[in-house]
Amino acid sequence: MEFEAVIGLETHVQLSTKSKIFCGCSTAFGAPPNANTCPVCLGMPGVLPVLNEDVLRRAVMVGLATGCRIAERTKFDRKNYFYPDLPKGYQISQYDMPIATGGAITITLADGAEKVIGLTRVHMEEDAGKLIHGENLGHPDSSYVDLNRAGVPLLEIVSEPDIRSAEEAKKYLEKLKAILEYLDVSDCNMEEGSLRCDANVSIRPKGQKEFGTRAEVKNMNSFRFLQRAIEFEIARQTQVVTEGGRVIQETRLYDSARDVTVSMRGKEEAHDYRYFPEPDLPLFTASQEYIAAVRASLPELPDDKRRRFERDYSLPRYDAEVLTASRAVADYFEEAAKGAANPKIISNWVMGDILRLVKERNTAPQSLPVTPAMLREMVTLMDEGVISGKIAKTVFEEMANTGKAPRAIVAEQGLTQITDTSSIEAEVDKIIAANPDQVASFKAGKDKVLGWFVGQVMRATKGKASPDVVNEILKQKLSA
Amino acid sequence: MSGLCALTIHELADKLDKGEVTSEQATRAYLNRIASLDKSINSYITVDAGGAMTQAREADSRRAKGERGPLLGVPLGIKDVLLAKGLRSTCGSKMLENFIAPYDAFVTGKLRAAGAVTLGKTNMDEFAMGSSTENSHFGSTKNPWDLTRIPGGSSGGSAAAVAADLCAGSLGSDTGGSIRQPASLCGVVGLKPTYGRVSRFGLVAFASSLDQVGPMTKDTRDAAILLNAIAGYDAADSTSANQPVPDYTQGLEDGVKGLRVGLPKEYFGAGMDDDTAAALRATVDMLKDAGALVSEVSLPNTRYAVPTYYVLAPAEASSNLARYDGVKYGFRSPDGGGLLEMYQRTRHDGFGAEVKRRIMLGTYVLSSGYYDAYYLKAQKVRTLIRGDFLAAFKQVDVLLSPTSPTPAFPLGEKVDDPLTMYLCDIMTLNVNLAGIPGISVPCGHSAGGLPIGAQFMGPFFSEGMLLRAARVIERASGAMARKPSL
Ligand SMILES: [Zn+2]
Repeated sequence: MEFEAVIGLETHVQLSTKSKIFCGCSTAFGAPPNANTCPVCLGMPGVLPVLNEDVLRRAVMVGLATGCRIAERTKFDRKNYFYPDLPKGYQISQYDMPIATGGAITITLADGAEKVIGLTRVHMEEDAGKLIHGENLGHPDSSYVDLNRAGVPLLEIVSEPDIRSAEEAKKYLEKLKAILEYLDVSDCNMEEGSLRCDANVSIRPKGQKEFGTRAEVKNMNSFRFLQRAIEFEIARQTQVVTEGGRVIQETRLYDSARDVTVSMRGKEEAHDYRYFPEPDLPLFTASQEYIAAVRASLPELPDDKRRRFERDYSLPRYDAEVLTASRAVADYFEEAAKGAANPKIISNWVMGDILRLVKERNTAPQSLPVTPAMLREMVTLMDEGVISGKIAKTVFEEMANTGKAPRAIVAEQGLTQITDTSSIEAEVDKIIAANPDQVASFKAGKDKVLGWFVGQVMRATKGKASPDVVNEILKQKLSA
Repeated sequence: MSGLCALTIHELADKLDKGEVTSEQATRAYLNRIASLDKSINSYITVDAGGAMTQAREADSRRAKGERGPLLGVPLGIKDVLLAKGLRSTCGSKMLENFIAPYDAFVTGKLRAAGAVTLGKTNMDEFAMGSSTENSHFGSTKNPWDLTRIPGGSSGGSAAAVAADLCAGSLGSDTGGSIRQPASLCGVVGLKPTYGRVSRFGLVAFASSLDQVGPMTKDTRDAAILLNAIAGYDAADSTSANQPVPDYTQGLEDGVKGLRVGLPKEYFGAGMDDDTAAALRATVDMLKDAGALVSEVSLPNTRYAVPTYYVLAPAEASSNLARYDGVKYGFRSPDGGGLLEMYQRTRHDGFGAEVKRRIMLGTYVLSSGYYDAYYLKAQKVRTLIRGDFLAAFKQVDVLLSPTSPTPAFPLGEKVDDPLTMYLCDIMTLNVNLAGIPGISVPCGHSAGGLPIGAQFMGPFFSEGMLLRAARVIERASGAMARKPSL
């Protein structure tokens, strides 16, 4: 029997506001334990929460950017449970009246087709603190509580179970991350935990309408782990069902070291969170004027930018997709393409060598030694025939290593392309004279030998000869 | 100098203004009186003699520089549910027995700025849960009128301290009657303001949607003065009302001529003791004599108040009290064990029986499968109860009822019978459920010489009118003239 996976993702996004969601404490990462705390986020007796308006604004931005309906009336609720990293004994979250509902995210599949993944809801909530266990600090049998993160604002973004494969899940999260980065609402750093994702995974026989029993998979802090964990989970459930067993509803943790998901049964029993409306925060209304103002402040989003790149720069869909996947890359491209005669050449370089450097050096394109202006200048040198494509590679590496301008590199290293036919002719003559056999086989109709001659000439000129000129001269002389 | 302690806030401020007495003298007089009398009354959990004397000297030096103010140098008692920075704030609980407040409540900050002197923190039912102050980890407070009787609760310490002249005035908190009922039983004035009138920041939460801070004083003018000091918008409390604060002493003497007073018939039924009924009849006559128009009205959903309250208040309390887990501050069971065991032992040993009863009740009504039948239904009934009041206030300006169905009862009488105890607040709970203001003013005494209070209830933000109506009864009944013999 053939099975189909049904996947929904719950994504937690840490918002990069200056202060926490319900108090004035800093959200800065990396402060000494409990440095960023006050009576409110410590859960002292008598304290009250006050909503940080910047959190609401960012939540509305995300809602609008994903096509959600912004709730006219919304409220906070308490989610009650005991844990030492939860100072009040409840988390202030949103239960049945989230700020935004019913949006969608469009992904592009491998075959180029578009697929729409529905968004169930977007809601605001506070993060918990974290526990540090004694083996690393203080008494080995004790645990220590750091509440710096307690009260840091989060958005929970819940997708519909519209995702059908690990690949789609990865694309969904990539697109969501791109949107969040474009909105500049979060730094989306998965390793630091500012973008976290849980997956609800189930399988069903292909063609069946009803959903199978789902497992919730947690602890995937990279795109690769998300994909691997879902792939593992689909395979695991398929095996369970194929062997006549039944999938049970449970929470499973992804263990990246062993590349498996492990049941948390016993550790996290079904909680009764006893949600009820947060009496300290009255029901509130986001006015139409407010929503309109936030909408007007939205930047150009990935899909719009992609369409504009296709139109304005005459780029293929694929190029536009890759370039706009990250706002930083898109900005880099646009800067480099300013006034460029052929944006497609710029696009090739950005998608190729620039993205390679970004990945190798784990940095933003804007931080590379190769500035967009330098890249543009290098392409101009190619257009002018000053350097060949092959030399450009050398120039690029030199720019990437030293940050020197391309013209300076060309001048310093004497990389200017040889277009002077007489010096090339001299080299060609030498090579023809030294290789009578090859000349004979060319004349016998073996055209491929021409390539061999070109290679010889290029080697002799250390790559500086213009390949076009070399070709021309070789054809002339060999046919003579 | 015991006469000094009997002064009202405005009388004392007058003497301070005239230089007839200093705050240092007044504060010392109160501290001496507390030292000699409070062993038998137990109205204070913490007396801050050193801090009070320092504040008194500061107030005197501010006055010497020409500063004036109705509370400058006036010694007050603060209910232990309100945080005052640097002072122990126990909430009447073992859980917070050694908890030193790290910040000032909005209201204590206001009093500090006004130059009031904090004598100490007054006794209360643990976490404000109770109607007799018998649920305090620090022992019961006794009613100054009869030391074998309860002072009411949960602000019993504040009420007793005012009645026994152990402070010039005090602050209490009221979730279901905790200011008004003890005020009635101790013969003092107690005002629960409109929900949102006074910031709850720094008031240790019992039931967040019902809690309000308010004054407990020797007369209505003092209540107006204290309310002037503590009322107002606070950005740190999202439920705080951004409404202008009038001067509540203005118009206090304007009387009730033409005021439409409603008597809700549901409040005058069975269960009310004869002396209380008689005192209320006399109160109605006083109002009529003063020109008020008295008529009967109906609040048909009154009978649902107790069950509604005892679903909603415990529900919120079960969540509000979750923070007392032994992890961060307060009591932690020394018996060790793992995390779950630490939680269980800490909360088992740190909370008293009534608090645990309400946490369990509240946890139950919020539980999956019961939420709709209890919590949600109670919220709907709460809306109906509020609707009753809004409808009544279309017919009349103010409502009158007894504050408590009976005068003070003997210590121990109801402490093991929670259901009977819960009925003590039957006259006052509705006001909190509706969010409206209510005031209790002494209107007479029982045959046995115990104080009886009358309660006025008015529309949102009608505190000025309530004070004015209460002032008429205060003057006409002369009940304030009688003092407990100590
Ligand atoms: Zn804080």
